[in-house]
Amino acid sequence: MSTVPASDQPPAVDIRGLWTVYGGNNAPEFVVHRDLDLCIAQGEIFSLVGGSGSGKTTLLRHILGLETPTKGQLSVMGQPTSLADPRTAASRIGMLFQQGALFSAFSVLDNIAFPLCELSHLPPELARHAALVKLQMVGLQAKHASKMPTDLSGGMVKRVALARALIMDPPLLLLDEPTAGLDPEGADGFCQLLRALHSELDLTVIMVTHDLDTLLELSTRVAVLADQKVVAVGTPREVIATPHPFVQHYFGGGRGQRAMALLDTPSTGAAQPQATPA
Amino acid sequence: MVNPPATHDPICTAPIAADVAPRVHWQTGPDGPVLRVQGEWTAARLADARLWHSLQASLKHHAEGATAPLAWSLENMQALDHIGAQLLWARWGQAWPANLQATEAQRALLERVARFTLEIGCAPPSSMWQRYLGLGAGVLSLLSHLHSFTGLLGQLLLDTLRLLRAPSRAPWRDISGHLFRFGATALPITALVGFLIGVVLAYLSAQQLRRFGADAFIVDLLGVSLVRELGPLLAAILVAGRSGSAITAQIGVMRVTKELDAMRVMGIMPGFRLVMPRALALAVAMPLISLWTTLMALLGGMVAADIALDISPTYFMQALPGAVDLANLWLAVGKTAVFGLLIALIACHFGLRVKPNTESLGKGTTAAVVTSITVVILVDALFAIAFKDVGI
Repeated sequence: MSTVPASDQPPAVDIRGLWTVYGGNNAPEFVVHRDLDLCIAQGEIFSLVGGSGSGKTTLLRHILGLETPTKGQLSVMGQPTSLADPRTAASRIGMLFQQGALFSAFSVLDNIAFPLCELSHLPPELARHAALVKLQMVGLQAKHASKMPTDLSGGMVKRVALARALIMDPPLLLLDEPTAGLDPEGADGFCQLLRALHSELDLTVIMVTHDLDTLLELSTRVAVLADQKVVAVGTPREVIATPHPFVQHYFGGGRGQRAMALLDTPSTGAAQPQATPA
Repeated sequence: MVNPPATHDPICTAPIAADVAPRVHWQTGPDGPVLRVQGEWTAARLADARLWHSLQASLKHHAEGATAPLAWSLENMQALDHIGAQLLWARWGQAWPANLQATEAQRALLERVARFTLEIGCAPPSSMWQRYLGLGAGVLSLLSHLHSFTGLLGQLLLDTLRLLRAPSRAPWRDISGHLFRFGATALPITALVGFLIGVVLAYLSAQQLRRFGADAFIVDLLGVSLVRELGPLLAAILVAGRSGSAITAQIGVMRVTKELDAMRVMGIMPGFRLVMPRALALAVAMPLISLWTTLMALLGGMVAADIALDISPTYFMQALPGAVDLANLWLAVGKTAVFGLLIALIACHFGLRVKPNTESLGKGTTAAVVTSITVVILVDALFAIAFKDVGI
């Protein structure tokens, strides 16, 4: 089931036998992941779906190195996360948090340039110019650079956060609910932006989403998390065809049916699996 | 010509192969000198200070040696990303070099960087007129603070009347909870500070009094100064720092997370449920804490007087009622109740004005503590003038 696109590059993310257990000692144990395996190849747009509390966001936090697994191996771009140096994090992985997580005390430009400004040997002018380039690449204008995060709309916050995640040109981008809280037009625009950046920047994208439209429109592959492990992996069509009750329930509901219509119209169908970036 | 640093990357644990280090290489081609750009010009590499400095040194070296416009060749590069392209573009003085050999992808990347690199003007230095306007804005902001503080005070009066009309519907649980948090939990720290101040004051005065042979007057000195002034002021400053900041932070966060709006939507007035319980609780707790601090300071003074001047605790106790008029105690109770009310109101005032960002929360908390301490000292001075004939 979990066939991985063959490639001579190391997989973007390789998870083997992952266990995440909370509690212990006196508190009751709570198992989030039980012996979970997942392999994500480079260049994919990979979606993680599952019910609330199924451990999708926890999995992202594992990939980011924000949490340590109870048991199991996890490597990102061929390097085990336990050995990764936290100081180089910004050039390895970009993360778009659900609420943006912009620093409210900084202006938009300072937010984007923050990881570069922290490297004190780089001239400030280079950091400023690089931040301006990224700001315009995510579809904002230079006049927004001096605004404060509280003055931005929801869609703009997401774009600025995306620009900040991409400032060091990381090969891997993680998205937590990228279109949540956006109006339909904003969500469409954001999807187009993601698709364009994915091909322009040679990115691997991993996202957690509940938005079936986004999921079917962008994903090359989908993994479904249920029962503390991955119950289905594959292209959207393969996953929907899986007989697992959770998968059928998830995609078979009213919203799922409507979103499925997208798959059947060839013009807006899902991107082909293994799409090689231009 | 330039030796690439064949050293270990200080950040990565794995040794870096010499050929990934970003560097330039000087070559004399058929059409003149060519700078070959080599290695990985990526953010990850440039983030390493040693690679960055060796690259800068070699770029500078070649710039000095050049006599004719250089040709640039990017074809041997292993990787180029936006930060690397930005660096090249800055090196070229934000213009395309006359002779550039690059792949299609590299050109596209450089073109994107070239298109989006622009100067944003810095803010011009403020003129006299702007400073004049700034002064006006400052005065208006002060007036708006006064205006909303007066509003808060009036609202508190109305809420208290409402409480008196229907005592059964008042938030008594809140009031008792705040009494415990602002009052009972402040007892240890105020006791410690009060005791130490009493000891220090007694020791310092003992030195002076002994020179005049006025040892016995230490009771008068400590009694009047601690009961009337120092005890209340000390307690008020401690409470302003402790509970004032807590109130501002709590209400400020409730405002940031829109809990205040949720409360208003349910028809519950924040003035009645948030401000009034805190103000009443602090107005009741403050005199008690002040009394407690005064008692502890007198205890410390008594101990120090016994050690430094051989004035026995028994004599101290007997002389104290004669030295300090009872009116002083009532004055202290009265003014600390006012202090408590003011501290709670100022803290609520700044909490309600917090804007939804982290910086504003910090600023509001600082402003609440500084303002309430200043106001407490000012009001204390007013009390001292108004009651100058009482109890002395």
